[in-house]
Amino acid sequence: METILYIIQQLINGIQLGAVYALISLGYTMVYGVLRMINFAHGDIFMLGAFIAYYGITKFNLPFPVLIIISSLITAIIAILIERIAYKPLRNAPKISLLITAVGVSLFLEYTLSLNAFFSPNYIGFPRPFEIKNYELGLISINNIHLIIFSVTIISLIILYLLIYKTKYGIAMRAASHDLEITRLMGIKTDSVISFTFGIGGALAGIGGLLYAMAYPQINVFMGIMPGIKSFIAAVLGGIGIIHGAVLGGFIIGISEVFVSAFLSSTFRDGVIFIILFIFLLFRPNGIFGKSIEKV
Amino acid sequence: MKRIFLSFCFLFFFSINSYAKEVVKIGLITPLTGDIKTFGESTKNSFFIALEEYAKKGKYEIKPIIADDKNDPTEGTNAVLKLITQDKVSAIIGPLTSKVAIPVSEIVNTNKIPMITGTATNPKVTISDGKRKKYVFRACFIDPFQGQVAANFAIKDLKAKTAAVLYDVGNDYSKGLAEFFKNTFQKNKGTIVAYESYQKDDVDFSALITKIAIKKPDVIFIPDYYNKVALIAKQIREKGLKSTLLGGDGWDSPELLKIAGDAIVGSYYTNHYSPDRKDPVADAFIKKYKQKHGNVPDALGALAYDATWILLNALDRASRPTTEEILKEIEKTKNHKGVTGTISFDKNGDAIKSTVIIKIEKSGPKYVTTVNP
Amino acid sequence: MRFFIELRKLIFISLFIYLVIKLFFISGIPTDYIIQITLYSFIIVLASLGLNIIYGYTGQFSLGHAAFYGIGAYCTAYLSKILGVETFYSLVPVVFLSGIFTAFIAYLIGGPILRLKDDFLAIATLGFGILVRVFLDNSDRITETLGGSRGFVGINKITNLELSFFITVFFILITKNLIDSRYGLFWRAIKNDELAVSSIGVNTFNAKLIAFIYGCFLAGIAGGLYAHLYTFLHPSNFDILKSIDFLIIVIIGGMGSISGTIVAGLFWVFFIEGLRIVLPSEILEYRWVLIPIILILIMMLRPYGLMVKKEGY
Repeated sequence: METILYIIQQLINGIQLGAVYALISLGYTMVYGVLRMINFAHGDIFMLGAFIAYYGITKFNLPFPVLIIISSLITAIIAILIERIAYKPLRNAPKISLLITAVGVSLFLEYTLSLNAFFSPNYIGFPRPFEIKNYELGLISINNIHLIIFSVTIISLIILYLLIYKTKYGIAMRAASHDLEITRLMGIKTDSVISFTFGIGGALAGIGGLLYAMAYPQINVFMGIMPGIKSFIAAVLGGIGIIHGAVLGGFIIGISEVFVSAFLSSTFRDGVIFIILFIFLLFRPNGIFGKSIEKV
Repeated sequence: MKRIFLSFCFLFFFSINSYAKEVVKIGLITPLTGDIKTFGESTKNSFFIALEEYAKKGKYEIKPIIADDKNDPTEGTNAVLKLITQDKVSAIIGPLTSKVAIPVSEIVNTNKIPMITGTATNPKVTISDGKRKKYVFRACFIDPFQGQVAANFAIKDLKAKTAAVLYDVGNDYSKGLAEFFKNTFQKNKGTIVAYESYQKDDVDFSALITKIAIKKPDVIFIPDYYNKVALIAKQIREKGLKSTLLGGDGWDSPELLKIAGDAIVGSYYTNHYSPDRKDPVADAFIKKYKQKHGNVPDALGALAYDATWILLNALDRASRPTTEEILKEIEKTKNHKGVTGTISFDKNGDAIKSTVIIKIEKSGPKYVTTVNP
Repeated sequence: MRFFIELRKLIFISLFIYLVIKLFFISGIPTDYIIQITLYSFIIVLASLGLNIIYGYTGQFSLGHAAFYGIGAYCTAYLSKILGVETFYSLVPVVFLSGIFTAFIAYLIGGPILRLKDDFLAIATLGFGILVRVFLDNSDRITETLGGSRGFVGINKITNLELSFFITVFFILITKNLIDSRYGLFWRAIKNDELAVSSIGVNTFNAKLIAFIYGCFLAGIAGGLYAHLYTFLHPSNFDILKSIDFLIIVIIGGMGSISGTIVAGLFWVFFIEGLRIVLPSEILEYRWVLIPIILILIMMLRPYGLMVKKEGY
């Protein structure tokens, strides 16, 4: 009995982490779906979300709901700007050039912000905008942070689904991810659709950053690297380009990471993710829900 | 007339030269940026206070060269290589932490440059594979002693029967201190219910804390630096775990209470000195530091001050300012009256000193007791 | 026949360069630090040459090159520690042995991975790189010497001018021969259009695998030399950031250009390490702000690299 409760408790920990990964991986999967590129700088948008929230709390004392809106708006705008400045000029270049540019953008964001003039490379403690409350249900404890992360994630996902399946932009986005050229030929402004995609992805990553910083209250300019890579793997796992794949992938990765920490050792947590990746790449590179990817 | 004038000029320049002191270059390796920058700053500040005092009555003119190791072993090794081969320093103060000091001490020893670290407490800094690195010294106690003190305090004073240990696997200081604590705790019939490692960049401790929570330990020992400790402490309290938290000298920063807040109140840690104790040498230094920098120096700053003064005294006693002569005099250091106590080096280049125990109250750290070796 | 005559010219040129550098070192003008980074630059050129074969010539985007560099470094250091290697005569076979071990790992990994395309190859190699780093971080569970995340200390300093220079030159010559051979032709053709090449009956997978194995072999050797130069290894030295370093060198030098890689590698090391002496540390931080900007600009303006010569294209 006790072991089951222990597992459930760890599951809760894993779902908390997985929710954040899911939010980030959505950005990767949507951008890949439309542009067939891996936006390496996406993890840094996540980091920016956390930092914007930090300044929102410390300098302006914003209440939590306002924080979410401000963080996501600003990160959406930044994501759109990055696309316009760095990726748009290379839209017809070989894919590798886009990849390398994305790496360049990522490095630029990290190192510029790590200058002492900006955020400095130090670890900064993240203050919570509210008190922690613990709820004990028998032997399991959940705190309000868990609840907030669950609810914000679910609400974000619902909004996302509404946007994608019920709005014109959403339909345009889905069309573009099938075939960009034909969509443009149909008279749709693909540039706007692309911006829309980056914007939503960026907003979700920004919210993810805020939630992550609340759960694990220490932020740092390089904090986006590993979660970014893991979320991308989550997107691949679920089937790159597929929205529900990304969400499922995120939760799988989050839960596996926590379980490895709990039952093996925390020092293996990064490694296990990649073993899962290799297994999938070998046997099911399409991902769980995947469509086929080209192999040579 | 001209000849008298010329010889007068000659004598004048000659005497000016003999007033000019010979220049000795000393390097300081300290983490000015990175996860323990408050330690790096206090070390730098104390180093400069010592140099200022020395300039008034010392034999040589000291040219200090500062290198930032970012509390990273690779940066530290690059920095020390540059200090030795490019800047040609005669001696080095630092690095601060064992994980940087251990690789740096190897290089320093191969290149025959004396080094005194104020604060690196892991035994491997002065000894490698059982062999003493003769150019390396430290002004502080070593972790076997510190871990022992912490464990004894937990058993006798906190009446703990069970303990959990969380340590950073990539940090010699953390790993070593954790082991020493465990050994003494178990020797005193205590039970270690969990002994978990994590990595430096981990932020999510939920899995580990849940793992520990079901064992309900009386005490949780977290031998890491203040930034990580604050993060872990917060997450521990959030999960509703009420165990007493215990730590080592890496906790000694005002940032700890600031960041962790209530989560860390009521915890204890072992340290090198406490500004609350009444001691003339310590009080003089604390007053000077407070005047210049506005706050009371932490243990690491105090130790850096002591390490620097040990070096400077050895330098003055040496017949010539060469690395070999300086080394000989450092070895002979006996009963140096430092801020952190009276310091003598044993045959391993380690200082034999007492430990203090500090409790963190809401208003700040408070001295509890001293434990002598 | 013509190859040998051409090679003779190159051999004479390299001997001449060696003598010049040696005299310069002996003269006492350069400090130990400058000598150290000169040797380091040869090592980096060697490793980057490996990546150039894999990516520049054959078009396989690998983000895990530093992992193989690291495997070579740790393997060499460990062997030399347990075998008690002290002189460079005994080091050379150990370095080659670790190079072969590294090549073997490349073979194991290459098999499954190299069938993937562009982006997925990038992620797979990135993943392998992180896996290697995690393994190195936990290496002290296997044996304490490896040091785990605390680093591998106490390696003997054996790498000297002769070792790093001549091994690098040796492999430059071998690589040049390979490029001018049948394999080089396959590699360049595969980069341009793999489907076309396979349709004329060439086993493209084998060709790609050989390029990958050879490139990683060079990285392994370079790693071994590095270990005995810096005498300290830490898993964080071999992470994705280091892989990106190699990538930048290959791109700046011009993909598919050997001389470009050499120049870019030398320039890169002197720029990064050399600046450490010249600039105060506050300005040093701006290096990594400028480098990505330059990288992005290169991608936008000259996507094939700065120094493309007739060799490559």
